[in-house]
Amino acid sequence: MRNPIEDKGIPVKDGLPDSYFEYPKRKYGMDHDRYDWSLLVRRKPVTWPNDARVALWINVALEYFPLDMPGKPFKAPGGTVTTYPDLRHYTLREYGNRVGVFRVMEVFDKLGIRKVTAAINSSVAERNPFLIEEANRLGWEVMGHGVDMGKLHYGGQSVDEERALVKQSLESLRKLSGQKVRGWLSPAKSESYNTPDLIAEAGIEYFCDWVNDDMPFPFKTKSGPIIAMPHQHWLSDSTIMLHYKQSGQDFIDQINDQFEVLYNEAGTQGGRILAITIHPWMSGQPHRIKFLEEALAPIMKHKGVWQATGAEILDAWKKQQ
Amino acid sequence: MKPDLGLYDYLPWSERPQIRWPNNAKVAFWVAPNIEYYEIEPPANPLRTSWGRPIPDVLGYAERDHGNRVGHWRMMEVMDKYGVRGSISLSVALLDHHPEIVEACKQRNWEFFSHGIYNTRYSYAATEAQERKILQDSIDSVKKHTGQMIAGYLAPALTHTERTMDIAADMGLKYTCDLFIDDQPFPVNVKKGRFISIPYSLEMNDIIVYNTHNIAPRRYADMLKANFDRLREDGARTGTVMCIPLHAYAVAQGHRLQAFDDALKYITGHDDVWVTTGREIADYYLANYYDEYVEAIKRFKKKHPPKA
Repeated sequence: MRNPIEDKGIPVKDGLPDSYFEYPKRKYGMDHDRYDWSLLVRRKPVTWPNDARVALWINVALEYFPLDMPGKPFKAPGGTVTTYPDLRHYTLREYGNRVGVFRVMEVFDKLGIRKVTAAINSSVAERNPFLIEEANRLGWEVMGHGVDMGKLHYGGQSVDEERALVKQSLESLRKLSGQKVRGWLSPAKSESYNTPDLIAEAGIEYFCDWVNDDMPFPFKTKSGPIIAMPHQHWLSDSTIMLHYKQSGQDFIDQINDQFEVLYNEAGTQGGRILAITIHPWMSGQPHRIKFLEEALAPIMKHKGVWQATGAEILDAWKKQQ
Repeated sequence: MKPDLGLYDYLPWSERPQIRWPNNAKVAFWVAPNIEYYEIEPPANPLRTSWGRPIPDVLGYAERDHGNRVGHWRMMEVMDKYGVRGSISLSVALLDHHPEIVEACKQRNWEFFSHGIYNTRYSYAATEAQERKILQDSIDSVKKHTGQMIAGYLAPALTHTERTMDIAADMGLKYTCDLFIDDQPFPVNVKKGRFISIPYSLEMNDIIVYNTHNIAPRRYADMLKANFDRLREDGARTGTVMCIPLHAYAVAQGHRLQAFDDALKYITGHDDVWVTTGREIADYYLANYYDEYVEAIKRFKKKHPPKA
């Protein structure tokens, strides 16, 4: 990816077109028409079952980073790095589907986390149908997560190409899991302007690429509104420990610090959602699995926590709108 | 292009007049929340790209929008708790997009200065007339919506031209936040007017700490405290300035809020700190030290003329 602040090496010459100083969208609300401007503090409070203050939404990402990922228009975070065949990063990621995810399942079992949402690349489901069977056996909700991490949705992509990706991933996941598949997470959270329309058209009810809120909000599409669900992207294991290169303790602290803020806020402003994404290729390593347990154990022991899937949270929220 | 713009003169601390802040405070402490609007699809500037990913950069856009929808309120509550007034580095178009946020700032008697129209409209390649247009729009719009005359300027997304300081001074502004070369205010060489730099800080800026250096929140709290401790120590000899530049989209994420709270509690817990604003620092310095500094610079230049 480009770093926008870098010098482009173009000689500095004065003179921008006058239109650069005209602002046709400078008016109340957003500069696009996909959702309404809305302050979280001014919204109607919601309540969760049993008067819980915080809904804990655990999202497990089961991903496939192919050896020949094209990097178009950029490589998804966690993607291959070296010259082909980059067996090093390829196998490190595949470790998650082969070994790591079962450690993650054990942690969930130990802590009593039963309502899990799994964002699954359809390639993972096809290559490892056993994982889908396991997800179903455990009662996990299956969420669409594109075809694989090399097939991004992005601005400039043709709508036909993108529609085919949505179709391929959802048809495959629905067939293999037998689930309705109501939720969506785009690979690398990358979208084109068409993505929300295409996933809504394919029957998706909620998605979590838009990290601009801590509560759900309606998002307009050509097929009617879908719901943008919150997703605390900066709390995921890979953001903290791979991209920021912070420690396991930092991961534990940040999850619990976030929980405390949400829990306190819920005391006066209504229910909140703590949405954490776990990558088994990251947290499932033997030296990291304890961090996952230590991050989640205090929250699971805390009063006022409702552990739920994305779809369950969506339904509870929708009923109160 | 020039190797140096001649914006300031060299003056080591040993040769400076001693600064004494009000009530003999050692550190003038100010907090500068950037309240910004980033456009989803800004027009292209030939010299700078707006977004890292192809438009729409959903992750980048949504990250920043979180500050407006969620973050500012959390940040304001923490600042209220410790009696800190914000000096707002404002994307002026936000006055139109999100007046509710502006209203909350006005209720708190916070201060506004300009950070350009949008943080996605850059000054690079602007002619003098075009850059003046940014400032005139800022002065008029902030006046209209808040009644305040802006005193400071932080160029949008830190994009400058060779003329930025001259223009800001000529249009009646008092200070710039764009020079990171000192821990005290100093006179800026401009064609017309008395114009100063006051320390903003990239080192303490939450975006630099979190997104560039990838520091964990609790370490950020340690950094803020350490920065303050040293400036307070130095401030026993001559007054210093500490600024925390903030972005609600970074500092007010739930997992980072406590760190900010800890740091503000620590800093405002000292009684030899002047908890103040950008304008107050600028006014105090201009009234009490600007002329003395100009004299000191003249003396120093005579004593130590540049060899080249």
